[in-house]
This record gives sequence, structure tokens and C-alpha cells, in this order.
Amino acid sequence: MSKPSFVYVTYIASTPEKVFKALTDTEATAKFWFGNAVTSDWKVGSPVAFHREGKLILSGKVIENDAPRRLSYTFTPHHGPHDGSDTSRVVMDLEQQKNQVKLTVTHDDFAPGSTVFASISNGWPLVLSNLKSYLETGTTPLYAPWYEENAGQKTEKVVS
Amino acid sequence: MTTFKPNTVYVTYIASTPEKVWQALTDAEFTRQYFGGQTVEVEPKAGGRFVMRLPDGSVNVQGRVVEWSPPHRLSCTWGFPQVPKLPECLVTYDIEAVGGAVKLTMTEGHSWDIPEALLSGGRSGWPAILSSLKSLLETGQPLAIKMAPPKEMLEALKALRKEGN
Repeated sequence: MSKPSFVYVTYIASTPEKVFKALTDTEATAKFWFGNAVTSDWKVGSPVAFHREGKLILSGKVIENDAPRRLSYTFTPHHGPHDGSDTSRVVMDLEQQKNQVKLTVTHDDFAPGSTVFASISNGWPLVLSNLKSYLETGTTPLYAPWYEENAGQKTEKVVS
Repeated sequence: MTTFKPNTVYVTYIASTPEKVWQALTDAEFTRQYFGGQTVEVEPKAGGRFVMRLPDGSVNVQGRVVEWSPPHRLSCTWGFPQVPKLPECLVTYDIEAVGGAVKLTMTEGHSWDIPEALLSGGRSGWPAILSSLKSLLETGQPLAIKMAPPKEMLEALKALRKEGN
């Protein structure tokens, strides 16, 4: 059996510089990532932390920073059913196309028996849909109070 | 009854209403803008005819409507007249109002043990098509994504055409 790997691709009418900035900026992430504000100096080996209302939600370490083409960090969730002991890896690849950016998020390297895969399979389409809207329209249309509650649930069903 | 296994699933959230997303999926003037220039023709009932035409007017996809439940679910079989040996697949759009937006889930299902190479077409195409649909509904402008079939898929199709000849 092959190891699970989650891949999500979205195309955004923007530039790699703007997409990279949004993914690494405290204020921008607070807007499109449902209140989760990222802080890091983004040097390889440096810590990465996402806080929401002062609470640590995600932590990690920078693995690779090849701005504005590639960003990779380890990913340890501390919210919902996750206790901060389960670490996986996120790789973001940005490719400039004619008038848009192809953004590929690959999330893999899960620990055996990890429950994080189910959470992130629900989470990335939410976060990246909101990122696309944020960069194309300046608004974040999606309101996700259930973002937190749904973490870890296997069901695809999201109740508004 | 044929069983289709969901091989490829793509989810996107769109700032719109279920009715507008439904229209964008079933109206030729909309699909022409975001679906690689293809126009949809769909008879609005279960068992009705479903067609996607290329910009030159030729039929690219031909199938039947399996479920017509506006504005929540459209499910159609997709056959490819240019590759008659390729078994029909089932494409289902689920539309759900959530969190002030619309959750659109595309599920591409197959009834046979389809090789990865043949799945690569949908896996590379759906993100482009549905990203452009989202842009069109949110900004009025589709994306101009240059779409080309993956090389591995073209080779697998070539092998399929040769089989048994």
C-alpha cells in the first residue's frame, strides 16, 4: 500500500510573488485562513506557528524556502482532536503561467495511523478556495465556524 | 446497474448561490467560457441526453443524465465517441450551500480498474476547469488556462485504440 498523499491544485489570477506573500504573511493568513495567523522568519530551520485568538493551532519548521516558487514546512496540528504529537509535511509549489499561478499543495509524510489526513483533506479545499477569492476579489467569502469542529472527522459532510 | 468507484474528487468553494452554480454547469454560454471552450447540451431529466461539444462543433462527450436534481445534484455518464473502447465514466456535481458560499464537489467515477495514466486527464483537467468556473462566478472573468492532455494519457489512449485490432 502506498503512503497517503493529499494533492490539491488551484489556479489563481495573480503573480507568484503575491501568492507567496499571502501564504507567508501574518495579516493575510489571518484573513483567508479562518483567523489562523502565521508567524515565522521563513528561514530554513526556523519555527512556523499559526495562532487563532492567541491559541496555538499549528506549528512546524521551515524545510525549504525558494521564494516565490516553493515553500515547504513541517505541519503539526494542535487543535480539535490533535494534541501536537502528529507531524507531517506540506509542500507548496507555485508556477507562473500566462495570466495566473498554478498552486500545488502536496501534504504527505504522515505518521503511521495518523488521523491528520482526514482533517487536512477537508481543510485544504476550504483554505485554498478562500485564498483564491482573497487574491482575485480582495474578499474572503467563506465563513467557516465549523472549520475547527470538523477537524478530524472522516465525513465529508459540512454543516453550515 | 453499473457501479462506479469514485476515482477522482475535487472540491471548491465558490462565493455564489447553488442556482448560479447549477446554471454555470448546465448552460452552454457559461461552459464555453471556462470548460476549455466546450459547450454543454443537456436534456433536463433523468435519462436525458448529455453532450459536450468542442469549439469546432464536434461531439467530445456523449452520455445520459442519471440524476437531474436542480440545484443540488447533476450526475451524467460520460462516453467519448472518439475513443469508443473507453468505458463510460460517471461525473457527478454536488452543490451545497455552506458557510455563506457554495461547496461544489466533482466526483469522477469509473466502473472498471482504470489505469492511473487514463485518470491523469481528469486529475489535471478538473482543477483547471473548476478554478476557472470559480473565477468566472466571483469576478466575471474566467481564467485562460492552456490545457493539454497529459502525455501519459495520450499514450494509454493510443494503446487502448490498438487493442484487439
